[in-house]
Amino acid sequence: MEKRALFRSRWLPYALVLPQILISLVFFFWPAIQALYWSVLLQDAFAAKTQFVWFDNFTALFSDDTYFASFKVTAMFSVLVAAIGLSVSLLLAVLADRVVRGATLYKTLLIWPYAVAPAVAGILWLFLLSPAIGVGTYALRRFGVDWNYYVNADQALLLIVIAAIWKQISYNFLFFLAGLQSIPYSLVEAAAIDGAGPVRRFWTIVFPLLSPTAFFLLVVNIVYAFFDTFAIVDATTQGGPAGATQILVFKVYEDGFKALDLGGSAAQSVVLMVVVVALTVVQFRWVERKVQY
Amino acid sequence: MRFKYLVAMLASAGLLSGNAQAQTEIQWWHSMAGKLGDKVGEIAQKFNASQSEYKVVPVFKGQYDESMTAAIAAYRSGNPPGILQVYEVGTAQMMAAKGPIKPVYQMMAEQHEKFDPKAYLSAVSGYYSDTKGNMLSMPFNSSTQVLYVNKDAFKKAGLDPSNPPKTWPDMEKAAVKLKDSGSACAYTTGWQSWVQLESFSAWHNVPFATKQNGFGGPDTRLEFNGPLQVRHIQNLGDWAKKGLFIYAGRKDEPLGKFMTGECAMITTSSGSYANIKANAKFEFGVSTLPYYPDVKGAPQNTIIGGATLWVMTQKDPKIYAGIAKFFTFLSSPAIQVDWHESTGYVPITLAAYEETKKSGFYEKNPGFDVAINELTNKVPTPNSKGLRLGNFVQIRNVIDEELEAVWGGKKSAKEALDTAVKRGNELLEKFQKANK
Repeated sequence: MEKRALFRSRWLPYALVLPQILISLVFFFWPAIQALYWSVLLQDAFAAKTQFVWFDNFTALFSDDTYFASFKVTAMFSVLVAAIGLSVSLLLAVLADRVVRGATLYKTLLIWPYAVAPAVAGILWLFLLSPAIGVGTYALRRFGVDWNYYVNADQALLLIVIAAIWKQISYNFLFFLAGLQSIPYSLVEAAAIDGAGPVRRFWTIVFPLLSPTAFFLLVVNIVYAFFDTFAIVDATTQGGPAGATQILVFKVYEDGFKALDLGGSAAQSVVLMVVVVALTVVQFRWVERKVQY
Repeated sequence: MRFKYLVAMLASAGLLSGNAQAQTEIQWWHSMAGKLGDKVGEIAQKFNASQSEYKVVPVFKGQYDESMTAAIAAYRSGNPPGILQVYEVGTAQMMAAKGPIKPVYQMMAEQHEKFDPKAYLSAVSGYYSDTKGNMLSMPFNSSTQVLYVNKDAFKKAGLDPSNPPKTWPDMEKAAVKLKDSGSACAYTTGWQSWVQLESFSAWHNVPFATKQNGFGGPDTRLEFNGPLQVRHIQNLGDWAKKGLFIYAGRKDEPLGKFMTGECAMITTSSGSYANIKANAKFEFGVSTLPYYPDVKGAPQNTIIGGATLWVMTQKDPKIYAGIAKFFTFLSSPAIQVDWHESTGYVPITLAAYEETKKSGFYEKNPGFDVAINELTNKVPTPNSKGLRLGNFVQIRNVIDEELEAVWGGKKSAKEALDTAVKRGNELLEKFQKANK
């Protein structure tokens, strides 16, 4: 059933949503339109000459094999980040929910990484696992692991996945914990009296009731993996080796800000935008149906 | 340090002293962090103290790519700095931009400042001159590629520490011995595109790109997939497989592996000398970049990296007069000798080089002169003058990616270099089109 609020005045509801609409217009729609506009232009770095080139920037992208490889890497990366990140934080939230003594301490510690900026997170992991100076690298060598993500593509991907997940776990944890705490305890108790064990109780009662939270987090995590992770890549692998960690958003950043190729970079962000819009639509259409509010 | 810097900036902007109204202020945007940044500040201060008409204000604007982006943004909003430090890969971009740039030779002539391109090392000035020999920007910090060896590791492997390998075949022999003596990493390299392809080509007098490596015009195309380059990259790829060559990153990351003693040999920038000296707990030696002895004419000369100072178009002509005076001051032997000796960058004027030599500095600091000897080894040819390629930042990324595929054993050298040339040429075409 749909919820409806009643307003006496006609303009009040519009006035209330106005700030949000303004923010969306200025910070989302306007840049998006700019990206569309720039994606059909070719310009030298100093903006002395600007040419309208139709879809040249896009044709160049789609005739580039490495761009497709970048798609694959991004897909793999986001699936790993979302899947592992959500499972681990759900596990942590369930465990933290059962802790009686020192709960605040656990929670604080788990939420901490969220306060760390992505670039700093990248540097932290770099100090731990850099093949040249990493502390972890020396430890791994003791165990006979040859850790060198400058050459080994799988290790490079593993590194950015771990760093990205570590950064996002707190956020997921927070929402899962809030979700768990809003589940009426009477339901769980009733199931326990009926003889359901903890695992059964989790899958038949807790998880379905958590599904709106999980769905929300899924969308947020996918968007996070797509857009907010370039700083981690920039600080650690820089897209290497041989493009193994070249996620789409990092290429946008490199081409736009480092190489000053605004047209090409804008074309890439338009593609990225389309992909994320499509993904979100799919998620709302298909996954949301299975979610119980 | 930040705070001190801020105070210095405020002071120089006249906010604290309040007596600077009569002076013409010249903004100098640079990318020299840490000790180098202090040195830049010192140079500006010396200039400001030497006269009262102009005031040079150095501003650290982040890494090379960041300061260039900042200057472009400033130009677009109509308020560019007087002097901008630009790295060598940005050279073609700056040259193609006619409007925003005031060519240095032109400015010096207009201001009647003495300016003789012949006073500069030709390996340096050539990189930044047009086809007629006019210098478009002012050389500032230049370095080149050298080989550093860990002498202790050499002794342990039974190699002569005072005689580092001169050729690539000798490198292999040394690397094998080092590995057998227990060295985890016999050889690594920094800046792989710059060392193993760009300067490698110049050092062997083979072209990196058509049209004199791009000096002849923007319709240049890459051709570093020749037999010699393929042979070299394939060799390194084989070494990587045998564990003789350990790849450790695209830029300066491999330097850490050398300074900790993990890697026994490294080819990287001569500008790393001071850093190694400060951090290495072993005796190290400096030697020339290896070459293939069977290649006719090798070794030729290496090419430089680093940055130059570009003058951006100004509304107030008085600023040009100040910059011209400052450039003359900057090129004076006293400043150049000090800059060379304290930073490890090569001296850019012949006078400064002679003076350093006479003072006996090179005897006290063995290996310090390797870089300049490489640069001046022979008169530069069209293959060894330097590189002038548009979209070079992206081209280097492409080369890095493809080389990594070789080190990882995913591609053969031939395959990787062919792909790199093809992908790089698309970027050159795009640049040519954007700057028609």
